[in-house]
Amino acid sequence: MNDTLRKILAPLLFIIGILAFWEWIVWYKQLPDFRMASPSDLIPRYIRFWDLFLIKSWETLWRTVAGLGLAVIFGTLIGMVMGFSRFAREGLYPILVGFNAIPKATVVPIVALMFVGQHDFNTVLIAFMISFFPIAVSVSIGLSTLEPEYRDILRSLGASNFTIFWKIALPKTLPEFFGALKVAVTLAFIGTNLMEIVSPHGRGLGDLFDSGRISADYPLMFAVLFALAALGIVLFYVVVFLERIFAGWAERNPG
Amino acid sequence: MTASAHMIELRDVTHAYRTKAGPLPVLDRLSIQIPENSFCAVVGPSGCGKSTLTRLVSGLMRPNQGEVWLHGQRVTSPRPTVGMAFQNPVLLEWRTILQNVLLPMEIVKSPMSKAEATERAHHLLDLVGLTGFAEKRPSELSGGMRQRASLCRSIIHKPDVLILDEPFGALDAFTREDLWCTMHDLRAEEPFTCLLITHDLRESVFLADQVVVMSGRPAHAQYVMEVDLPGKRSLDDLYSPKAVEMLATLRHQIQVAQGRTVDDTAEAKA
Ligand SMILES: Nc1ncnc2c1ncn2[C@@H]1O[C@H](COP(=O)(O)OP(=O)(O)OP(=O)(O)O)[C@@H](O)[C@H]1O
Ligand SMILES: [Mg+2]
Repeated sequence: MNDTLRKILAPLLFIIGILAFWEWIVWYKQLPDFRMASPSDLIPRYIRFWDLFLIKSWETLWRTVAGLGLAVIFGTLIGMVMGFSRFAREGLYPILVGFNAIPKATVVPIVALMFVGQHDFNTVLIAFMISFFPIAVSVSIGLSTLEPEYRDILRSLGASNFTIFWKIALPKTLPEFFGALKVAVTLAFIGTNLMEIVSPHGRGLGDLFDSGRISADYPLMFAVLFALAALGIVLFYVVVFLERIFAGWAERNPG
Repeated sequence: MTASAHMIELRDVTHAYRTKAGPLPVLDRLSIQIPENSFCAVVGPSGCGKSTLTRLVSGLMRPNQGEVWLHGQRVTSPRPTVGMAFQNPVLLEWRTILQNVLLPMEIVKSPMSKAEATERAHHLLDLVGLTGFAEKRPSELSGGMRQRASLCRSIIHKPDVLILDEPFGALDAFTREDLWCTMHDLRAEEPFTCLLITHDLRESVFLADQVVVMSGRPAHAQYVMEVDLPGKRSLDDLYSPKAVEMLATLRHQIQVAQGRTVDDTAEAKA
């Protein structure tokens, strides 16, 4: 089979198979709505609330991407500082680990109180806080483990530290960076939704989920989950696409 | 302290690495003199400090004691007039072979235009037998091919001083001999001063004007031989009685450096 065809058809087949199984099991066990909605229950919800789904998805999406963008900027900066200075690395590492260990579900209500009413700011902040850690760590590890042989190629020509960073260290860390970004993308998404669900009169798909819960519209809640999954897949593959462009060299031909 | 009249000069260079187990003395009052546009080969037992020597001459490291001179100036930091091929030929995986070879041109100010440099890169790749590999990635090349690409990278910017650390180590005998001849051709085209580290005695005699045998660690220059063969050599010259005798002397000196034989000339002196 053609390679690209398989890459599209294979996941499609699996999705259809899983949906069919799900539909079947709900029907076979005669599960009521509130225990398990079936895929066929979701379609009417999408049709009825399509405009809401579009608006809320957009809200969730842009705030996730904004938080992720901040995480990339600050994560890379912190990673650079830690990668180049051993002093900073040893000093910052335990703090970062401790910060990362705090369950973000506990931070969400605090942030929601601190910046009450500022939904966008809140949400972006949580998305950022939850996702910058893997980026900072991967960049710092990538930079601090750069083999001296690589550095010496340029150093022997009298190149400046900045040139060495720009031409060698940065491109060399890109594969690690993208590996971390894939993790961060999912994390940022979780952060956004945590905030959206918890803060009252929030925005985004999390708010739609919450209104489903309040009005006991269980299929709507499931429908939101699917919309979230779809957004997550889109974001993830955008990162994969960027990785191909900027770090495609790290992918070896298998044969 | 008088300025050096040689292109490369080491005066009583002593160096030790700091290790966890304490200082590891590597070089002990090593002195070498290399006149302009001449070719010096350094041989010596493994681990005696040959790569350390290249790092000192290129300015990547400074010696604990003694002086390193280049171009009549003390070496304190790396300089762009030097070309260096490392023992471990790292190429940047994210660049094509051509981009790798052209890397020094992005650092060094050179009168060559971009087009001229590219043309030169292709020419050099042809010379080392990598025609058609310019657009390949390093991961698609064999170890020996990478070594040859790194050789091209070291001379792309027409350095006055070329430092080669076992550049032909990963090559088969035939390719190696081809490249020896290529080195002679290159020198005829554009003169440069060369410091070559090798463990191949035939290579040292074929290429160099001067062969330095380093002693075991901590190393000094145990023996220096002027190679008295015509400037442009053919492989047959290696079988001339003169060359055979030189090879025998070098082999003996290496054994002394390894501590397997005592140096009878030294005993005679004592
Ligand atoms: N960065 C370093 N730190 C500590 N010790 C080192 C370092 N680099 C080299 N050495 C030690 O210094 C000695 C000389 O190393 P060097 O690489 O100069 O040897 P060499 O003559 O090039 O050997 P070879 O022929 O095997 O390449 C070795 O014993 C090695 O263990
Ligand atoms: Mg070595």
